[in-house]
Amino acid sequence: MIALLRELSQAIGVSGDEDEVRDLILSHIQDYVEDIHIDPMGNVLGVRRGTGAVDLRVMAAAHMDEVGLMVTGFDSDGTIRFKAVGGLDARILPGMRVLVGRDKTPGVVSWVPIHLNRSDDAVDIDRLRIDIGASSRDSAQNAADLGDRIAFDSSFVELGPTVRGKAFDDRAGCASLIALVQGERFPFDLYVAFTVQEEVGLRGAQVAAQRLQPDIAFVLETTACHDLPQNPDEPDQTTITRMGGGPAITVMDRSMISDPRLVRHMVQVGIPCQFRSPQHAGGTDAGAIHRSNAGVPSVVVANPCRYLHGPHSIMSISDFEYQSQLLRAAWMALTPSVLER
Amino acid sequence: MEALIKKLAEAWGPSGFEHHVRDLIRAEVQSLADDVWIDPLGNLICRIGQGDFRVMTAAHMDEIGVMISHIDRQGYARFTNIGTLFPATLLGARVRFENGVIGTIGVEHQFTKRRELPGVEGFYIDISQDIAGNADVHVGDPGAFVREVMMRGERVIGKSLDNRLGCVVQIEAMRRIAASGTPHTVFFAFTVQEEVGSRGAKPAAYGVDPHLAIALDTTATGDQPHGKQMAITLGGGAAIKARDTGLIVPAPVKNLLIQRAEEAGIPYQIEILELGATDGATIQIARSGVPTGGLAVPTRYVHTTSETADVRDIQAVIDLLTAVLSQPITL
Repeated sequence: MIALLRELSQAIGVSGDEDEVRDLILSHIQDYVEDIHIDPMGNVLGVRRGTGAVDLRVMAAAHMDEVGLMVTGFDSDGTIRFKAVGGLDARILPGMRVLVGRDKTPGVVSWVPIHLNRSDDAVDIDRLRIDIGASSRDSAQNAADLGDRIAFDSSFVELGPTVRGKAFDDRAGCASLIALVQGERFPFDLYVAFTVQEEVGLRGAQVAAQRLQPDIAFVLETTACHDLPQNPDEPDQTTITRMGGGPAITVMDRSMISDPRLVRHMVQVGIPCQFRSPQHAGGTDAGAIHRSNAGVPSVVVANPCRYLHGPHSIMSISDFEYQSQLLRAAWMALTPSVLER
Repeated sequence: MEALIKKLAEAWGPSGFEHHVRDLIRAEVQSLADDVWIDPLGNLICRIGQGDFRVMTAAHMDEIGVMISHIDRQGYARFTNIGTLFPATLLGARVRFENGVIGTIGVEHQFTKRRELPGVEGFYIDISQDIAGNADVHVGDPGAFVREVMMRGERVIGKSLDNRLGCVVQIEAMRRIAASGTPHTVFFAFTVQEEVGSRGAKPAAYGVDPHLAIALDTTATGDQPHGKQMAITLGGGAAIKARDTGLIVPAPVKNLLIQRAEEAGIPYQIEILELGATDGATIQIARSGVPTGGLAVPTRYVHTTSETADVRDIQAVIDLLTAVLSQPITL
């Protein structure tokens, strides 16, 4: 599974331009998933046929897109103007290596050298530029087009019990879902959705759910983790999740309150897991899915990940492997009685 | 009616965890409706009548509350809000968890920074039960505020009048419609998760597919010192919504409600709410769109444990809703 994760993490798919990731996913699922369909928004939809023992329409979703940047202009000095695509912290950008456009032109985010800048002030994202080494507007325009996506340029590294890389949010969820459909059949037909544009507002998942019309939905995600030692003088803040504590079940976030029956079911299957601390921060595809059609009971299972939405996230291999194990165990035990009130 | 208000308002039901309230309501309405069911998200939907014209009314069952986010170094439960909380209401408030444990809310720097009002993150819930340890409360547990319902003349005071009053209005209207009949098919929806963004109402409307919808809720008043300027007075009658931050009521719907109020001599006032929305906001965009209006009970101190309403306003909303549902409708 780590090889699969490596491949997915290294692929580039900033929101709205997920083609490279989609092609990769299609190559991994086409022998296992039937009725594969790329919908008008670009979501990959399909069904992993089950044994027929359980009559439930179950949807599982993971988003293909990642946060990044977009080219918005060219300056006369050959630098590139950009905007964020998805939730990005401008403070981590200066000095960052990036890849511009489908040609993956290498670049770096500009900053003022320390010789000239002793300011503690936060960076204003609108004053940053991307430097691809071009010396004029014309040569920059030859290398990139307006609207081109810009992705983090980082490598995938195994660090022993953890892995480091970009876009685990949500390629780790994609990798788990691929592994799940490649394994033993489930008692029900599993409707899978690899969605687009989650990072800009759950846009792909909404139409995916409208088409698939599930009875119940599971979202495979990756979530923040902030479990490093805290300054004892600072307010006692939540860790949100702990790395190594198992996949995190979301009870509540900004976009959804998970269905308590499904939360209970997930906990009861006996695979290590933790609760993501309920915060009004973050949202997932489940926020759109659970409100679709006449309503869909939904739950989120997420991999804890340090330095989320950055080029070098760190994730525990065991948390990641437990994500698919937890879902497999939960799905094998899933019956309509789980939804009884 | 006061007994029903007390029973429902004191019940436990933060957004997403409305099952106790739903059980209480179901016991009231089971015998009144032709059909009663619970939809996938937990909305309780009751049908009366079988006319061609489908009307949906909606009142949310959920209330604001808290959810435990972590246990801090000293063993206090830190929490996040469910719905909109006013920090000024928190110090000394009590919350109840589903297992019955009562938490007391304290604030950091209570004495040293007494003039400063922190956000929710500056407050904590004391769940200690003795010097040795805490009661059985965990991350992810939802809690609801605790307060008794009391009367002062025509005024009713309590927590969660938003929106158990809407539920009471719907139940009382159901009693009358069940007795008198309706030319329509009326779906009375008791919805979930309004306080976190009207998440239950839209799927409910998708399922019901109505031709007309009326959201029932409480609304603010404009008669408090230095309050928001608003032409709504406590005791001034049923509030007929013109607009709020999520819904502009189509003129035919608003005019229908005004016309029925005028015909029956029911006191009413026109509501323009600039700081909030109701289930109507999401119902109107269900499927291919639903003409949607709103009726509300004026309420002071909304989202506190001493929300204050007037019994005669509640009565007026029941009368008006009944008048609308029992007569033919052309939009």
